[in-house]
Amino acid sequence: MAGHIPYSFVLVGVGGQGTLLASNILAEVGLAAGFDVKKSEVHGMAQRGGSVASHVRWHPEQVFSPLVGLGEADILLSFEKVEALRFAEFLRHGGTAVVNDMAIVPVTVSSGTAVYPGDEHLAKVFDALDAELVMVPGERLAQEAGNVKAANVVLLGAVSRLLPLPEETWWECLAQRVPKKFLELNRVAFASGRAAVTKAGLKA
Amino acid sequence: MKRVLSGNEAIARGAWEAGVHVAAAYPGTPSTEILEELSRFPHVYAEWSTNEKVALDVAIGAAYAGRRALAAMKHVGLNVAADSFFYASFTGAEAGLVIVSADDPAMHSSQNEQDNRRFAQFARVPCLEPSDSQECKDFVAAAFDLSELFDTPVMLRTTTRTNHSATPVELGERTERAAKREKFPRDPSKYVMIPANARRRHPLVEQRVRDIAAWAEKSPVNRIEWRDRKVGVVTAGVAYQYAREVLPTASVLKLGMVYPLPEQLIRTFAAGVERVVVVEELDPVLEEKLRLLGIPCEGKSIFPLCGELDPTVVRKSAAAAGLPVDKPPVELSELPRPELPARPPVLCAGCPHRGVFQLLSKKKVPVTGDIGCYTLGLLPPLSAIHTCGCMGAGIGVAHGAAKAGIGERMVAVIGDSTFYHAGLSALANVAYNKANVLTVILDNRSTAMTGHQPNPGTGFTLQQQPSEIIELEPLVRALGIHHVATIDAYDVDGLEKAYKELMSHQEPAVLVARRECPLLPEIRRQWVPLHVIEEKCTGCGICFRIGCPAILKSEELDEKSRKPLALIDPDQCTGCEVCLQLCPHDAIPTRDQIRMAEEKQPASCSTPVTGGS
Ligand SMILES: Cc1ncc(C[n+]2csc(CCOP(=O)(O)OP(=O)(O)O)c2C)c(N)n1
Repeated sequence: MAGHIPYSFVLVGVGGQGTLLASNILAEVGLAAGFDVKKSEVHGMAQRGGSVASHVRWHPEQVFSPLVGLGEADILLSFEKVEALRFAEFLRHGGTAVVNDMAIVPVTVSSGTAVYPGDEHLAKVFDALDAELVMVPGERLAQEAGNVKAANVVLLGAVSRLLPLPEETWWECLAQRVPKKFLELNRVAFASGRAAVTKAGLKA
Repeated sequence: MKRVLSGNEAIARGAWEAGVHVAAAYPGTPSTEILEELSRFPHVYAEWSTNEKVALDVAIGAAYAGRRALAAMKHVGLNVAADSFFYASFTGAEAGLVIVSADDPAMHSSQNEQDNRRFAQFARVPCLEPSDSQECKDFVAAAFDLSELFDTPVMLRTTTRTNHSATPVELGERTERAAKREKFPRDPSKYVMIPANARRRHPLVEQRVRDIAAWAEKSPVNRIEWRDRKVGVVTAGVAYQYAREVLPTASVLKLGMVYPLPEQLIRTFAAGVERVVVVEELDPVLEEKLRLLGIPCEGKSIFPLCGELDPTVVRKSAAAAGLPVDKPPVELSELPRPELPARPPVLCAGCPHRGVFQLLSKKKVPVTGDIGCYTLGLLPPLSAIHTCGCMGAGIGVAHGAAKAGIGERMVAVIGDSTFYHAGLSALANVAYNKANVLTVILDNRSTAMTGHQPNPGTGFTLQQQPSEIIELEPLVRALGIHHVATIDAYDVDGLEKAYKELMSHQEPAVLVARRECPLLPEIRRQWVPLHVIEEKCTGCGICFRIGCPAILKSEELDEKSRKPLALIDPDQCTGCEVCLQLCPHDAIPTRDQIRMAEEKQPASCSTPVTGGS
């Protein structure tokens, strides 16, 4: 793994959105690419529609902590807009936030005790972190590929563009996880997520 | 071959490879997946027992019968199983007996925080603590061997971050183990714990601890990693990972066995470094031992006692104590961020518990709760639960308040799985001692909170064997409770009528509110999303007050009231129809009406479902 540097990812979203599948695939891709990997997630109570986060780390030699520290994530992958703001502290200075253009309104908002912040805050917060902000219309691209549920695969496609690994490695790991009859759909979804990122790679 | 396995998958794999024959558990985060995984391996009998005490007795019985056995539970499960844990320590067994205690620092999904290494000390049961998935697998095997070597149960203590983190694991094959006995042992001096026998066992147990401590001096589960000698870290479990990450230059004594501890090894390590620092989560268990040995050290004076460690916490604490950290702690700048809406877990759309809480909230009665998805009935806008302590507590608490002469009728709510777990004996007490408590059994035919495990009400077992359904109504009547009603939990009026009838007697009463959890796969297929007819909706807001996450506020306002109309999210709505029964304006059509309307129009084709999540 000469030349590779360690990577830390934090994946956030709302319980039930498919963050667990995405973090599994991310861990498997790291292992297939020759990294030591660790992944950490939380099950149980939080999955009942609450905020969820999972952590994935790749290291060319050895990962110790399964958890990413605040300010240490190279990539924050958020399946939902408010959750991107909530977990922004995990992103390192100069990291990249990949944010699904999706709002899931919490009950605190629908019952009128809180407000859902506007999109302009995303740019402000990630600017303050000197971070790149990549918005991905996950659901729309997934729908175009044939099924809105493939939004998590679209998002992984976007993340793949930011990392120096062959596309094949991603695709092989994905293919093992999705049912055969949805292979083509997922291939299109992945490719559209990849194409949605204009600038490849991460800032140092 | 290496695969990325969660700690729980690795424990299951390790138990299988080590030749486990019988495994029993009651679900509980973060331990649940251990049995779910094990149940899929060949040559293993695995069951969901009715509670943790029963699960442990089952494992003990199998180990007495000469077969390797495992019981798994979350930390508070061991409170329930504690009685059995102690006698098993006294008796030992004929074959390996391993108890997995999965602790939950930070209480991601628990009612309290506790450090079960204390239980190991308390019951004189040796305790191994892995720090990643490979160790989870290896330590289960080591635990079985140790158990047989010293005739003792062995505890494998994990924490949420080892159970639910995934790391690469080298897979092996199963070693088949012949049963150690053909016949059940008849050895009363060892297995019948009357005082005379137990008195003879106790000194043997204390000697066993000394023998195991001597073994621990040489065992590879404990190891010294010499690096720079200025700082020496004593650590165990996942805390080892944080210590290695944050203090990469420090020497480390990594303890794979946290009870009993290797005194010589600790002394050697302490003598070899200038400053001894203990990095451990929750209680100062290792630190206390070092102090007893007279070794000056720091631990909880640097790191927090409550909650979970993580690299951020460890780095900050270590840096403040002047320890050689890998990099300075992050300076968090205030982010230009508005106040964010909280996103607490909620009762799902279509949750059959909602109707009951809607009723209890309206009646303003005191409600003693219990543990499960339904505990979320405490949240606004329903705010209908007033106590929740531990599994099975609610019924006894209601009984106590009633007997104390409180001037209100007490209502206890309890889920079906919780009822079979620890509610049954409490309800027998209500019947026997005659309290005018109304017990509502929220029967969603599932153990939903922990991921839909089957239970004695579902008619099948963990390994998919058909089974008896233990019917609640005859069971409750057999206790001598005469006022019993069963109502469809989606029937708002029916619930209220039954409630009134049951409350009209000053006697024990039971209301079974029954409806399957809509997240069960076979029920999911029957969802029919509802919608709001805008012309009829007046924005009165009654439907907002049941806290259904599928009912949203529309951007459209009512012309007269200028209040937002209701809008139903078709992706979340299951079609439970509770909201429409409350709507005073008939603005939400029923499932039947929707179906009829659809039959008139050609149906749009539904989207296929991708698998995976
Ligand atoms: C002693 C103990 N064991 C296990 C748990 C974990 N646990 C919490 S809720 C629950 C299941 C509740 O199921 P049920 O009573 O049917 O309610 P539901 O979630 O289906 O509404 C379990 C197993 C616990 N908190 N305490």
